[in-house]
Amino acid sequence: MNELSPPLALLAELTHRCPLQCPYCSNPLNLERTSGELTTAEWQRAIDEAAGLGILQIHFSGGEPTVRRDLEALVRHAHDRGLYTNLITAGVMLDAERIRGLVEAGLDHVQLSFQDSEPGGGDRIGGFKGGHAKKIEVAGLIRAAGLPLTLNLVVHRQNLQHLEDLIAMAVELDAHRMEIAHVQYYGWAFKNRAALMPTRAQLEAATATVTAARERLKGKVVIDYVVPDYYARRPKSCMGGWGRQFLNISPTGRVLPCHAAESVTTLSFDSVRQRPLGDIWRNSEAFNRYRGTDWMPEPCRSCERREIDWGGCRCQAFAILGDAGATDPACGLSPFHDQLVQLAETDAATAPPEFVYRRIGAG
Amino acid sequence: MSERAVIDEASVPRLARGTRLQFDQHRDRWFVQAPERLFVLDPIALEIVKRCDGAATVNTIVDDLAGKFSAPRDVILRDVSALLQDFTDKGVMTA
Repeated sequence: MNELSPPLALLAELTHRCPLQCPYCSNPLNLERTSGELTTAEWQRAIDEAAGLGILQIHFSGGEPTVRRDLEALVRHAHDRGLYTNLITAGVMLDAERIRGLVEAGLDHVQLSFQDSEPGGGDRIGGFKGGHAKKIEVAGLIRAAGLPLTLNLVVHRQNLQHLEDLIAMAVELDAHRMEIAHVQYYGWAFKNRAALMPTRAQLEAATATVTAARERLKGKVVIDYVVPDYYARRPKSCMGGWGRQFLNISPTGRVLPCHAAESVTTLSFDSVRQRPLGDIWRNSEAFNRYRGTDWMPEPCRSCERREIDWGGCRCQAFAILGDAGATDPACGLSPFHDQLVQLAETDAATAPPEFVYRRIGAG
Repeated sequence: MSERAVIDEASVPRLARGTRLQFDQHRDRWFVQAPERLFVLDPIALEIVKRCDGAATVNTIVDDLAGKFSAPRDVILRDVSALLQDFTDKGVMTA
């Protein structure tokens, strides 16, 4: 077991409520109800505990975090503790007054999502009429308030044909950064995999587009790129390793090593309502289960990349193989890698089914 | 969208909006907070970044460092320019 370092960042999922219904939402299929959400005081205590533990950045997310009327108070609380505050939002509930309040509270940065480059696709994928136009307006308000802006662009087989337009839109909206992220297949996205999975040829075209845009826009806009790992040769370093750098707190206070961790139904997670955050980070069963390298099976255990990718993603191993302790099948060295590629190729070769939209009860 | 800034001796660098220099007391090191990322600074990078106040030119910064560390000016200029160009391209600094 390596020496345990403090976490770097906290993803604070303030609520699972959201006006959008994106079919690749990172929230769990069993969405948590409003009545169980942490109170303002409970969140403030959790933020204090996280800052005391050593986190440096806090990402306010959801669901849609602006649904919570106490968002400004929580941003201010985190800012006062020296944390870098980031708002991850769909934007459709923001207006100039709310943005001004967030700036005054000490908000450092906004990550705004877009579902497509044009209203037809954007509103259809997000399941929210008028959403795309509202997002364009809100991007302008965010920039007018002087806040740095990252556009979050999730891409898949139903919007990849607009990738050049998405990049142009980010430039047009004066974003400082864009995150072009292929869908990762957990939870809702796993359920909608056949409707979202690109072909290998689509992926390669997208990667070429991003590479060219990065060159063209160097020094002007930063482009981060997340590839879909079904077609990868080596797994992603998921969360930089289980329980190594990152904490997630769910709307009702459950503490998770990543936002998808509740999909691993063989684990149970402690709550900030019952146990101090530092104790959960250091000592909880769920965090220690896949921390470091001791848990690893072969081929990970003797792999020279074991402290680079940390065995890949536990949620993916569980989703595909039913065993969260297996090597991530995204790795070419997994005995099940060919099966994973086969799943992707079969999905991508079939006409896309209707979306199962993200809403309470649909999962 | 602004054009790419190319660092030269007359450039006046400063940290971009949305980034800040901060000391991490839990890990005993300096770093720059930036959107969804952290840039950990080694002692040399720290000496450079803390001089980027939006008033000093690269020339002034290099003179100051050359005096303080009794090092050849051309070596310092090369190191300072490389770091600032990298940080500017990453959106951490403006110049």
